[in-house]
Amino acid sequence: MVQYSDSRLDASFAALSDATRRGVLEQLGRSDATITDLADKFHMTLTGMKKHVSVLEEAGLVTTEKVGRVRTCKLGARGLEDAAAWIERHRELWSARFDELDRVVEELKRNERAERPNKRK
Amino acid sequence: MKNPTTVERKSDRELVVTRTFDAPARLIFQAWSKPELFRRWWLPKSMGMTLVSYEADIRTGGSYRLEISHQGSKPMAFFGKYLEVTPHSRIVWTNDESPDGPVTTVTLEEKGGKTLLVLSELHPSKEALDAAGTGALDAMPETFEQLDALLAELSAGGAR
Repeated sequence: MVQYSDSRLDASFAALSDATRRGVLEQLGRSDATITDLADKFHMTLTGMKKHVSVLEEAGLVTTEKVGRVRTCKLGARGLEDAAAWIERHRELWSARFDELDRVVEELKRNERAERPNKRK
Repeated sequence: MKNPTTVERKSDRELVVTRTFDAPARLIFQAWSKPELFRRWWLPKSMGMTLVSYEADIRTGGSYRLEISHQGSKPMAFFGKYLEVTPHSRIVWTNDESPDGPVTTVTLEEKGGKTLLVLSELHPSKEALDAAGTGALDAMPETFEQLDALLAELSAGGAR
């Protein structure tokens, strides 16, 4: 199977451990923005914002593109949906579904047991 | 005590879900193939969704159609046909609500009174699987909340 490397996950979680970076992601979820926009919005220096953006970029959460002198940031190809979160979302669905199926199957099993003595005669 | 459900991405195009049931395969097949039983588990209550309608002609070549509504929203339809239905061991169906929907295969393997259920979704391309949502579930919580929950779980040592 495809293994999602621990280092990639570590990078994602480290990136998300910071409130400013989560804010940046939320902001980019609404619209793309330049580093200057982001620095203004979060009352930071350009250098400080560049550092945050590069952490997000390394984690694959954000991509940036430089056109002329302006660098625009947008959510990464998968946005916030990291591989682990993606798998987890599918697991939650199937786990809930199969736990419910289990309940139905257990009931069928009980009914069958209750009926069995009659069938044996 | 609930048996665990595991999900793994077997390849670029395939998602595989496994779960063991402490029951013979024929009972699981029964719960899957009888509409009145299927309706009871396909949409667990915890999801807050309603199965508005469900019709299924469970045999090879038959078709199905489900309509699901989330908190009174306009129902979403899910439909397709059964490519193979072999009682007590195998059900294969298409998911035609999307042009690049997967083919889903469920196999039941009974051993010593327990049954291993393996569900595989084979998508036409890597892109299709990457984009694959969990159906009407996508109308659910924001990705941020899910990541927060996952983070909490990881920091609590819930995952490796």
